[in-house]
Amino acid sequence: MASDARTTGTARVKRGLAEMLRGGVIMDVVTPDEARIAQDAGAVAVMALERVPSDIRRDGGVARMSDPAMIEGIKAVATIPVMAKCRIGHFAEAQVLEALGVDYIDESEVLTPADEAYHVDKWAFTTPFVCGATNLGEALRRIAEGACMIRSKGEAGTGNIVEAVRHLRSIFGAIEGLASATPKDLKAAAREMRVPKALVREVAERGELPVPLFCAGGIATPADASLAMQLGAQAVFVGSGIFKSEAPEVMAKAIVEATTHYQDPSIVAKVSTGLPAAMRGDEIKTLEVKLAERGW
Amino acid sequence: MRVGVLALQGAFREQREVCEALGATVTEVRVPEHLDACEALIIPGGESTTMARLLRTSGLHDPLVARLHDGLPVLGTCAGLILCATTILDGLPGQESFGVLDVTVRRNGYGRQQESFECVLDLEGAPGFPGVFIRAPVVEAVGPGVAVLAEHGGTPVLVRDGVRFGATFHPELAGDPRLHEQFLHAARAA
Repeated sequence: MASDARTTGTARVKRGLAEMLRGGVIMDVVTPDEARIAQDAGAVAVMALERVPSDIRRDGGVARMSDPAMIEGIKAVATIPVMAKCRIGHFAEAQVLEALGVDYIDESEVLTPADEAYHVDKWAFTTPFVCGATNLGEALRRIAEGACMIRSKGEAGTGNIVEAVRHLRSIFGAIEGLASATPKDLKAAAREMRVPKALVREVAERGELPVPLFCAGGIATPADASLAMQLGAQAVFVGSGIFKSEAPEVMAKAIVEATTHYQDPSIVAKVSTGLPAAMRGDEIKTLEVKLAERGW
Repeated sequence: MRVGVLALQGAFREQREVCEALGATVTEVRVPEHLDACEALIIPGGESTTMARLLRTSGLHDPLVARLHDGLPVLGTCAGLILCATTILDGLPGQESFGVLDVTVRRNGYGRQQESFECVLDLEGAPGFPGVFIRAPVVEAVGPGVAVLAEHGGTPVLVRDGVRFGATFHPELAGDPRLHEQFLHAARAA
């Protein structure tokens, strides 16, 4: 029977928003002006934060949730979804972000972790969460805690795609491995990954995670976006790669087009032609802090 | 029947799966050539501003509008309905739409994600349909010739003008093919 009753915060509407972002680009922005540029360039969502990862890396110190005033400023200009980051395990920051009415919360290794034992209990929130993962076990632990979207961690702020590629390949490879597993193998895999058996069985049957898997960490060019999508990511996050490039507006548009047309190299070639310089980027071996090692 | 699903961005995979389960052949539409063989079109949910931009850069905008004016059956869900509407409120300055469904829609009319909800809808011919509303638009006005097929809380959520259907919710996430069935049936009869 139909009635006027509404139920908010269901798994279906939380995961559903992630489905709506598929094939899109989520861009890190630090000011309302950048949010406007991102939106006009065709971003599907913006991540509001005080400093992009490459600046967090350069500045060092403790990185925390952004000032609510800056998140409000970005919400005021963005008609597309606005995401914001809380520290790993910092459920009080997550509560603040929910009170601010952000559309998605990223429990992120880019900020300094607040808890060494527990991630946020994400089922307790109406606002959906995205979490990073480097392998299948990590992805499934986050989903068991209530995450509605998984992204590769990559190595944020480096402009180097190699870690994100490793994480995507690891996750997809492990899912493929489950397809041929016996019930006994699945039980052992669940024990090893410390996740419910039913979740492992679901992944084995579907051949994919029960929530969308996006790529994040190190995307700096249109071809990087195409690579991530061809490897099986369903959308991409671009952090420092846009507003640390020489011409953010041009780079933003080019990455949006390359993400949609990732299967068509001639379009990726067209949008890559004559692009101003991408962000400089770092070799992973030279890094003092590896953000992807945060969380477990 | 060959159904095109606009696949520039958004929940096009779910639309594809529902149509295929109903026996349709599906083409994902990203460039103008993909439109040629389509006998019906579904415009999925996603971000309407992103799709509007990609419609221009891909060269799809003009041929698509021409096909729609030619009578190509279309089902627009959420952002897809916004793209089909004649008037958009709370859009970006200059945000374009096809103007093939005479309705006025307000983007994110229910609010942000925390206001996203599920409910039960009574659609014509499909009572008890699972309604999934995600940052959904609100239909604020309906022109003559547009029929309201379902309402929720006193607001139209499903509208139809001949072979043009618009839903503010996401039938592709409902796990219930009845609305798609109705659309494909109407498209075949056209």
